[in-house]
Amino acid sequence: MARKIRVLIAKPGLDGHDRGAKVIARALRDAGMEVIYTGIRQTPEQIANAAIQEDVDLVGLSSLSGAHNNLFPKVVQILREKKAEDILVFGGGIIPVDDIAGLKKAGIREIFQPGASTEDIIKYIKENVKSF
Amino acid sequence: MPKNIRDEFGRWEKNTLNKAISKSPERESPFKTTSHIELKRLYTPLDVSDSDYCGELGFPGEFPFTRGVQPTMYRGRLWTMRQYAGFATPEETNKRYKYLLEHGQTGLSVAFDLPTQIGYDSDHPLSDGEVGKVGVAIDTLKDMEILFDGIPLDKVSTSMTINSTAAILLAMYIAVAEKQGIQSEILQGTIQNDILKEYAARGTYIYPPLESMRIVTDIFAFCKDRAPRWNTISISGYHMREAGCTAVQEVAFTLADGMAYVEAAIRVGLDVDSFASRLAFFFCCHNTFIEEIAKFRAARRLWAKIMKERFKAKRDESCMLRFHTQTAGCSLTAQQPDNNVVRVAFQALAAVFGGTQSLHTNSRDEAYALPTEGSVRLALRTQQLIAYESGVADMVDPLGGSYAVEALTDEIEKKAMEYVEKIDAMGGSIKAIESGYIQGEIGESAYQYQKEIEAKKRIIVGLNQFQIGEEPLRDILRIKPEVEQYQKKKLASVKNERNNLKVREALVVLKKVAQGTDNVVPPILEAVKVYATLGEISDTLREVFGEYKER
Repeated sequence: MARKIRVLIAKPGLDGHDRGAKVIARALRDAGMEVIYTGIRQTPEQIANAAIQEDVDLVGLSSLSGAHNNLFPKVVQILREKKAEDILVFGGGIIPVDDIAGLKKAGIREIFQPGASTEDIIKYIKENVKSF
Repeated sequence: MPKNIRDEFGRWEKNTLNKAISKSPERESPFKTTSHIELKRLYTPLDVSDSDYCGELGFPGEFPFTRGVQPTMYRGRLWTMRQYAGFATPEETNKRYKYLLEHGQTGLSVAFDLPTQIGYDSDHPLSDGEVGKVGVAIDTLKDMEILFDGIPLDKVSTSMTINSTAAILLAMYIAVAEKQGIQSEILQGTIQNDILKEYAARGTYIYPPLESMRIVTDIFAFCKDRAPRWNTISISGYHMREAGCTAVQEVAFTLADGMAYVEAAIRVGLDVDSFASRLAFFFCCHNTFIEEIAKFRAARRLWAKIMKERFKAKRDESCMLRFHTQTAGCSLTAQQPDNNVVRVAFQALAAVFGGTQSLHTNSRDEAYALPTEGSVRLALRTQQLIAYESGVADMVDPLGGSYAVEALTDEIEKKAMEYVEKIDAMGGSIKAIESGYIQGEIGESAYQYQKEIEAKKRIIVGLNQFQIGEEPLRDILRIKPEVEQYQKKKLASVKNERNNLKVREALVVLKKVAQGTDNVVPPILEAVKVYATLGEISDTLREVFGEYKER
């Protein structure tokens, strides 16, 4: 039997707006994935470490405070340093469209913007996680 | 002989209604509000026949304040138009305040950045990327002096959205006023200071709940003597609603938090009538127009009863629920942002029908970023249109007596009270938060709401129906990364220029007071006056109180 997809949903930085993160965590769970939610106020180091320890396939980052350009790339960078670049990192929140190209260049594979449905995200994950 | 309403209603259903429904069925069955209240098709005198007018509605300015807290409401003075604003540096935010005041805004409302809200200076590693982003960055009294430069603090009222560091920002505000030659006794404004909802929803807590509650009650006691016109707390449902709870839950969780503050203050020996009139509230106004109007009226009545019956308040002012309203940020869409202007107008109108004391209208571009100057002006104009053109401000509680509004007011009050009793049985709000009950209820409602949108059971215009191909908004406010460097440099120069010995002494005194039982606000005031930083003061308290970790 195939292993379930494992996802870490994380809130980097000081932002406390976790409605979206929690809704997505629950929707992914309902879609049959194993989901770990970090809670709020995590540093990029904490998130990368949790991702490795929990042996997840993906990390979903949520930020609504505007700190994404600083924090999202750091998560990817630390994962690379720790030889865990196979973990796919995606993100969402209040992210201006003009920031998306830079974030993708830094290794965040996809950005979901306000109005994205949980269905879109589930579909993306299923299509992009290796060996499922 | 006049016809009997009940008989006539039955006849209408049988003859007229059933005929119509058999030809064309209704759009939904049943119709429900966002709080899962099943709506009747038609409300009639039968739905309000049991109500005791003088006891349950009464007259504005009198217990139980269902119809409003002032006898003349907006015929006397319009609500305070107060746009929540703050971004980047104190220098830039000061300019925005002056712009808003020039355009007819009548009160200030300060948005602080997250480091300021969580007790970190701009140069702290955890402030990386957050400085000046969701609000203005304040590190020391110097920043506060710049923020209010040229704004006479005896002429404006200022609301500050600040919670775990509320005592520090209040102290800085008082210190700036003193420099302007203004005594704290005449200052008017509000600090949010509602720490409980931070654990439940918003997340800017620092210390554990009991220690936080001590700071809250210390602020009550300090302001009672030193700032008697200051609202010492703004008990907030807004953020729980934004996190996803329903209208009924918003009333229930907010009032339950309010009860926890009253209990805490009474426990430390304050007389209920000495502080209760300085308690203010803050609610959200979401899309469902009639339910929202009823919500405000129900909250007012329920709080009045709780204060009188449970806490034995003697003064009418102690029973008066005065509130600020903000339109629902979470209702705004990135799709077709102009639609947000219309959404906000309806929400603002509902808040006015609900009898709000002050109002923030959200801007059309807030699903993208903090608003631009132009979009804030339009949001302010929306309030001015309601105030000056619509005529709804010319009567007190004009929807009072509407069968539907009164029936929903009753229903929301009843359902909210059921929740309050449930929370009581758990041992009160703090216990219900510590056990995760409140967070669980909010999360459940948020998830159901999202599922309804995705299943198109709930239509959001432009999002899941009536979509168009469109380009995302690009003309948005951007906070430059240089802001962080600028703040750090300014902080370093303040630290260089101040008397560090005095700072150390002030922090030692603060630590001693925090370890004991004396009021922490006076030593905080002394510390800010010698330019101790917000981070230094918060760290001193962290050493004594410890830090809260989300469970």
